[in-house]
Amino acid sequence: MQADQNTTKAGRQATAAPAAKSVATPTGAPAIELKGISKAFGTVQANKDISIRVMPGTIHGIIGENGAGKSTLMSILYGFYKADAGEIWIKGKHTQIPDSQAAISAGIGMVFQHFKLVQNFTVLENIILGAEDGALLRPSLNKARRELKRLAEEYELNVDPDEKIEELSVGHQQRVEILKALYRQADILILDEPTGVLTPDEADHLFRILNHLKDEGKTIILITHKLREIMETTDTVSVMRRGEMTATVSTSETSPEHLAELMVGRKVLLNVAKTKANPGRTVLEIENLKVRDEDGVERLRGINLQIRAGEILGIAGVSGNGQSELLEVLGGFANGTGTIRLNGEELDLTGKHSDGQSRRAKGIAHVPEDRHHLGLILDFAAWENMVFGYHSDPAYQKNRLVMDNAGITAHTQEAMNRFDVRPPIPTLPAKSFSGGNQQKIVLAREIERNPDLLLVGQPTRGVDIGAIEFIHKRIVELRDQGAAILLVSVELDEIRALSDRIAVMFDGQIMGERAPEDTDEKELGLMMAGVVK
Amino acid sequence: MDFATIVELLDSAVRLGTPLLLACLAGLFSERAGIFDIGLEGKMLMAAFFSGAVAAVTGSAWLGLMAGVGGALSLSLVHGMASITFRGNQLISGVAVNFLASGFTVLIAQSWFHQGGRTPQLSGSGRFEPITLPGAEAVKDVPVIGQLYDNLLSGHSILVYVAFAMVPLTWWVLFRTRFGLRLRAVGENPESVDTAGISVVRLRYTAVAITGVLSGLAGTYLATGLAAGFVKEMTAGRGYIALAALIFAKWRPVPALGATMLFGLLEAISNRYPNIDLGVVNLPIQFMQAVPYILTVIILAGFIGKAIPPRAGGQPYVKER
Repeated sequence: MQADQNTTKAGRQATAAPAAKSVATPTGAPAIELKGISKAFGTVQANKDISIRVMPGTIHGIIGENGAGKSTLMSILYGFYKADAGEIWIKGKHTQIPDSQAAISAGIGMVFQHFKLVQNFTVLENIILGAEDGALLRPSLNKARRELKRLAEEYELNVDPDEKIEELSVGHQQRVEILKALYRQADILILDEPTGVLTPDEADHLFRILNHLKDEGKTIILITHKLREIMETTDTVSVMRRGEMTATVSTSETSPEHLAELMVGRKVLLNVAKTKANPGRTVLEIENLKVRDEDGVERLRGINLQIRAGEILGIAGVSGNGQSELLEVLGGFANGTGTIRLNGEELDLTGKHSDGQSRRAKGIAHVPEDRHHLGLILDFAAWENMVFGYHSDPAYQKNRLVMDNAGITAHTQEAMNRFDVRPPIPTLPAKSFSGGNQQKIVLAREIERNPDLLLVGQPTRGVDIGAIEFIHKRIVELRDQGAAILLVSVELDEIRALSDRIAVMFDGQIMGERAPEDTDEKELGLMMAGVVK
Repeated sequence: MDFATIVELLDSAVRLGTPLLLACLAGLFSERAGIFDIGLEGKMLMAAFFSGAVAAVTGSAWLGLMAGVGGALSLSLVHGMASITFRGNQLISGVAVNFLASGFTVLIAQSWFHQGGRTPQLSGSGRFEPITLPGAEAVKDVPVIGQLYDNLLSGHSILVYVAFAMVPLTWWVLFRTRFGLRLRAVGENPESVDTAGISVVRLRYTAVAITGVLSGLAGTYLATGLAAGFVKEMTAGRGYIALAALIFAKWRPVPALGATMLFGLLEAISNRYPNIDLGVVNLPIQFMQAVPYILTVIILAGFIGKAIPPRAGGQPYVKER
């Protein structure tokens, strides 16, 4: 039965393809039109009432920070997720896309950020998976081999069809994903953050291919958070922010500054009562710090920073430009090369003595960006969470064998009162607290240790307004007690309100440092976009 | 040790290896699809009981076979529900299946037959009788070749031949058909299958059902071929040895044949020579019984190549965050 389905599908596609090509002129119906798409994951609203039109034969960019909902939107279009509300129109027709099969039949191909390839299959096997012509593999493989040769010649998409995926470079793996879509006769191609894993050369090659595909009449949606790619490649661009589509503009009529502003967004300035900093001795020195991720891509490309006691250094930047990696290396759960000195003493970056616990023992406290995965164990009680990372401290032990649970609980009770955690019940599991109160638990744990250096990542992400104010106040108080503070946030307002100095990160490098009073949002936005040094 | 003894040992290895082979191939389909299955033991036991019971009542081994396969299939659907639909822990579900089968079979056997938790002795058409291959009688006095043909190749029950035929068939299905490609893909990266527009759930259920049928054959062979009726706990750990063989074979059908026959031979040796006196040391029977597991540990430790299980094995497929 499946065989019949597939052969008829292939037949339909073969006849539909030329027809689609003739429609593919910039006039006529949009290739894709989304109307009022909404999608929630639990309590998180990933997409809110999103509408968008993409004309055929164009490259349309979708830009926004990580977590803005771009990938979710495209996964809905590809039938990977189901929208809670809204309509999808493909080539002027209202189309239901309950699963990926429907999306493929509608001529949509998707290259996911994390490739959906079977690692120990050959290129050919990956290409035909799901698009086989019959119950036996051999005819499909032969057909795919011929087709692959044709596509390779036509689009500079050379890959060895018999190589296993795990043997290929990331750039070639991506080609396989594009070939997969083209093999399925896709005339709408969605690419999710395609250059994140590519070298500059590979990225250039990719954009040549995309332009070629566009000239052939194909419609391309490019999801990225890199402004330069948008400016260089796209015809139109939509900006997403916190699950909403904030603007759709023609690329020729916009500028990187304008897009950066739309992306980062404006928000009511939070007034943080703070006096001028009174910086003392140098606490943290970072020299030429480099970090590679598991794909071998350089995420930090030579970072130099200094933080002194009693000051807050804010790292601004669009997320995904190396801020997370910086926190990870300093926090002791990623390796890097270069030098980091704390109070003049060099830290181990090779992994032997670099772990969260030894960093904490040296006086580095860490409020991680992702508090649900790194900051807390959600199923554990507040009192247990209150000592994680410091649980070997003799103060928390009753004797050599047993921990002093009653003492820890009492200590948690006091800390919860001091940090205004509501409800102040130490036995409640961490997941029962609101985002703001969870963050206060993490903050209480780290700040109460009186660290020399406090690393704070996105301190107010998903935190309500009242708690934001409280958290900011505590961070400034810790500064006034003489701690050095490294603040990473994608909220520019937060950076400007809290920092004594602002460093801007872009593409794994520090673009420059500014004093908050000497700069404005516009200049910072340009630095964040990598336009100005 | 003369040649006749060796042939006898090998013959015994084939008979003892057959249930292992069937169970191993059963596990191969499931695990290649990403569903770990330590419930092979339970499924075999269930099949052994139902085939023994139905064959005893009806006097037909074939009806017994159908009942046995049905029994194993129902347990594999339970495992499928738990691990595919409800995304439960596959190891726990497998253990539950084993316990369920172990208790259920004895309880029902006692309630139906009142023979202390066993089924009545099978005879005649209730068992799968040995099949004498054509010409076996004629050549049995020809030295070596004739002996091998008569003793080793001829004279097994139909299920033995089915088991051996399953090896190339499994290989062919796995590596030459669309279904096999998808099955292997879903065990390696279910997302790739999902984004290709294929139902992960349906593929995995199909794989689990094949596992049910094959482990049903394995259990049926135990009760109606190897023995004559169901006895309490008659699988005696064969499901686990089959799993060990699966790892030993690195989840490939042809090596699975080799691994299960090797383990069958070890069992044959330990049956025939309970104590092996090597002069210096005296190997007790327990040592021979432990050898399959020792070999598996050696494989797992990476001494004889690497055994990489299907990458998505054991993880329930969750599409949404």
